[in-house]
Amino acid sequence: MKNKYEIIVVGGGHAGCEAAHAAAKKGHKTLLVTSNIKNIADMPCNPHIGGSAKGIVVREIDALGGIMGKVADKTHLQIKMLNYAKGPAVRSLRAQGDKIAYPKEMLRVLNSLENLTIKEAMVEDLIVEDNTVKGIILENGEKIESKAVILTTGTYLKADILVGDTRTRQGPHGEKPSNFLSDKLKEYGFRIIRLKTGTPQRIERSSIDFSKTKIEPGDDKLLTFSFDLEPSYKIEDQIPCHLTYTTEETHKIIRANLSKSSMYGALDDIKGVGPRYCPSIEDKVVRFADKKRHQLFLEPESRYYDDIYLQGFSTSMPHDIQEKMVHSLPGLEHAKILRYGYAIEYDAIYPTQLKNTLETKVLTNLYTAGQINGTSGYEEAACQGLMAGINASLKLEKKEPFILKRNDAYIGVLIDDLITKGIRDPYRLLTSRAEFRLLLRSDNADLRLREYGYKVGLIDDNQIKKLHKKEQEIKELTSYLDSKKLKITPEIKEQFEKNNFSLPTFTMSLFQLLKRPEITMNFLSSLIDIPYNEDIKELVEVNIKYEGYIVKAYKEVEKMLKLEKKHIPKDIDYDKIINIASEARQKLKEVRPETIAQAIRISGVNPSDISILSVYLKKEYNKND
Amino acid sequence: MNDTICAIATSQGVGAIAIIRVSGEDSIKIVNKIFKGKDLEKVQSHTINYGHIIDNDKIIDEVLVSVMKAPKTYTTEDTVEINTHGGISPTNRVLELLLENGCRLAEPGEFTKRAFLNGRIDLLEAEAVMDMINSKTETQRQMASNQLNGKVSNLINDLRSDMAQIISNINVNIDYPEYDDVDIMTNEILLPKINNLKTKIEKILQESKNGKIIKEGINTSIIGRPNVGKSSLLNALLNEDKAIVTDIAGTTRDIVEGQINLNGILLNIIDTAGIRKTDDKIEAIGVEKSFQMINKSDLILLMLNANEKLTKDIEDIIDKIKDKKFLIIINKIDLENKLDRSKINIPNNKIVELSILEDKGIDNLKNKIIDMFNIAEIETKDPTYLNNTRSISILKNCLNSIKEVEKGINNNLPIDMIELDIKNIWEELGKINGTYYEEELLDEMFSRFCLGK
Repeated sequence: MKNKYEIIVVGGGHAGCEAAHAAAKKGHKTLLVTSNIKNIADMPCNPHIGGSAKGIVVREIDALGGIMGKVADKTHLQIKMLNYAKGPAVRSLRAQGDKIAYPKEMLRVLNSLENLTIKEAMVEDLIVEDNTVKGIILENGEKIESKAVILTTGTYLKADILVGDTRTRQGPHGEKPSNFLSDKLKEYGFRIIRLKTGTPQRIERSSIDFSKTKIEPGDDKLLTFSFDLEPSYKIEDQIPCHLTYTTEETHKIIRANLSKSSMYGALDDIKGVGPRYCPSIEDKVVRFADKKRHQLFLEPESRYYDDIYLQGFSTSMPHDIQEKMVHSLPGLEHAKILRYGYAIEYDAIYPTQLKNTLETKVLTNLYTAGQINGTSGYEEAACQGLMAGINASLKLEKKEPFILKRNDAYIGVLIDDLITKGIRDPYRLLTSRAEFRLLLRSDNADLRLREYGYKVGLIDDNQIKKLHKKEQEIKELTSYLDSKKLKITPEIKEQFEKNNFSLPTFTMSLFQLLKRPEITMNFLSSLIDIPYNEDIKELVEVNIKYEGYIVKAYKEVEKMLKLEKKHIPKDIDYDKIINIASEARQKLKEVRPETIAQAIRISGVNPSDISILSVYLKKEYNKND
Repeated sequence: MNDTICAIATSQGVGAIAIIRVSGEDSIKIVNKIFKGKDLEKVQSHTINYGHIIDNDKIIDEVLVSVMKAPKTYTTEDTVEINTHGGISPTNRVLELLLENGCRLAEPGEFTKRAFLNGRIDLLEAEAVMDMINSKTETQRQMASNQLNGKVSNLINDLRSDMAQIISNINVNIDYPEYDDVDIMTNEILLPKINNLKTKIEKILQESKNGKIIKEGINTSIIGRPNVGKSSLLNALLNEDKAIVTDIAGTTRDIVEGQINLNGILLNIIDTAGIRKTDDKIEAIGVEKSFQMINKSDLILLMLNANEKLTKDIEDIIDKIKDKKFLIIINKIDLENKLDRSKINIPNNKIVELSILEDKGIDNLKNKIIDMFNIAEIETKDPTYLNNTRSISILKNCLNSIKEVEKGINNNLPIDMIELDIKNIWEELGKINGTYYEEELLDEMFSRFCLGK
């Protein structure tokens, strides 16, 4: 039984860690194969976790029983809440991770799992019988059997590092890439695409003159991603980031040497499509030529070494030009570059070949998660890993799959986007991708998802009790605010006047007062003691203040769910529907949407195509009303 | 799955020719079965072919048949048009033959529906086709043509692209909070932009009133006591303009019985039956009945008799019409004046004196109406107006939502909420030209199309 597992996870990045953790925690004998144990939960690019929308995903992962949030909470250098003033739905946490401490803590968590084995090896093929995956084949020919395989290979499929006019077949940090796996996948019938991303320079801390930069500290409020952990850091121990800008000189250097950049002609065989949302500095200077300067962040990578990550300066220029570019930046005139920036090209599978469980349509029992599916970002990868791990386990347990809908979570938005719309460039989550973002907030991720996590088996009794207590407190506080009338004493009157708020003309409940745009929970708390913690207060405040918007959002959800109920039969033959536009037909055949709602979201499928499809379904299948 | 449909595309009745349109995959094959002449399945696309429609060797009619192959046709499907000699009976016989040979009778508006569903035309254009067919005046025709050319769509698209810019700016602020490269869309910057949008929508709505007038005409009622000369006025107006007097249901769902073409704008005289009936019977016009008519009308012509004293019920009616567009017509000025005009507390320019008997003052009445509705101006302008009730009501909702946004900004609502509202309006606007999908919209649209095209 030595070489036999229930689930094999290939790759130890953020997707792989979550997948392996979920599978093992659910009691399945799991093997995690990585090319190098040192690279478990590695952060090869930027050092931060979270950010707009992504921070909410980390909360969602935590709510479901994943581990990214907890590991980040225990190891970060600083944390802040973004978009606080822009509105409740877009608030999102971002932490500056520690590139030494984070992987170390992650490895500790994984090692503590009874059912998980970690193995160092390169995987170059799969065992496949009757279009069903039965295990993996290592570089040395060794076969390891399993009931399911989850591929989380990141950028390692045929990875090429691009610097100036050189192309080198290697993964991040000069690691060995997987040379054959993507060819094998192609043989099995997958459509493989080539993507590209890039990373900037690392600078030695002591060589930077920070006096010429602006300081960016963490928040002075204690924060955590996890719903289970108390903050374990001190506000004053947080390490700041710094802000600097490109100069005219920088732009001049870039423009003068543009042809030396891999992406601008130095290499003529670039096939990868880079992320629109994270352009290289060459792209920024060329595409936004009228901009006098671009922002750059100096982000510390770790407490344990001195590298500073030059966020916003990703490039594929040759090293000598990079030297000149870096030295043109204020504060970095004498900077010592420890590692140069590079672009990396890699293979990925086109994600419309996936089911909503992240199992592939091409090979049964094969799941994929993370950059192999065309996404970018640690958080995007981690949440897919979690969902793949859960669904692979559920399938072994012969249970119903676990699907998050677009109104449940950003995770649902991400997976639905991938499998329905496909991608053009590496996919990054954005708040604007979530049509129900008002419901998908950072403050309610546990209320939305913990019960699911409990049902799936990754959340324990204590955690669920805590959730129920929170729900109870929300109810209590809401009815307290509703029943409690504010008596206008002279002191209270003074407070209103001091703030320029108009005094209530009749006795109002706190609930009614909160509906006023200018009255906040903080203000009310300064008038009377409201005995609940900050989290509860904030949640209740949002619910009351934005009730109208929330109700509207739920109505929209209902509309969508109605269309989600209109199932499209699995055996539908799109060639038989005569009047559908040919682009739409091709897309429908490729995606094979399960519901009318999903079909509507496919780009290239127009309203008229949907009408024709609906009419066809009514005629041919009758019951699909 | 798209079967072959057919229908008579010209209006039913006596005409020199009638056209039967056939559209769908089998249209050429089916027509060929009942056609004697060239083999239609072998002729080139977009050709007209002479021959006969036959029913088992018996010649039904001598015809010209246009064969148009997909996709360059109205519906984008294979389409055949049979030009028959008019006359109800042979035309119907040809239609029957088509049905016997595998065509289905088209549902109301089905050709246009197919054109829309096949992406040939957008929603506004589909509506325009219906308007074009139904147009009775040159201005109506031109307005429909502008809509068909997408000019109205452009109005909406311009609004939408303004909004899309705002939305994307806010989204960038939210998704890249750490970057100050992009201007932060604050409420202060937003407010003038929203104001600007509001003004644009208001302007379109204001102008749409003209559009509605062009398309639907001015619903006009003539009210007054018995024997003041209502039916004489009606007849005078109708006769002079050789207006159409038919029993057709108007777009207002009221019975429009007389239409007068006034410099290209239609005056729909509603409820002429009521006018005639009350004139025939010697009984006072019921005040309640007048009120009903007032509510239905864009224009009220209240007729008084110069030879009669003002009665209490008329004073009540004058009071009621003050807020609407109206003219007071004093008829029978050829007779002795018994009317105390000082009791009519109405500006002089709203009063027209005339004598139908002596044919005095009728032109003056028409000029007054033309002035009241700016008809002269409407006619000279390029009529690019939103003109259907559905679009106007969506736009009105959008205007209200924009006002809500304005309020929200003034109340310092977070930008997040503001963006949700703007996005909503953007989606709503898309419904006007069908760029935003909603199933009910389609159902509603197509139930309104009439048979034929």
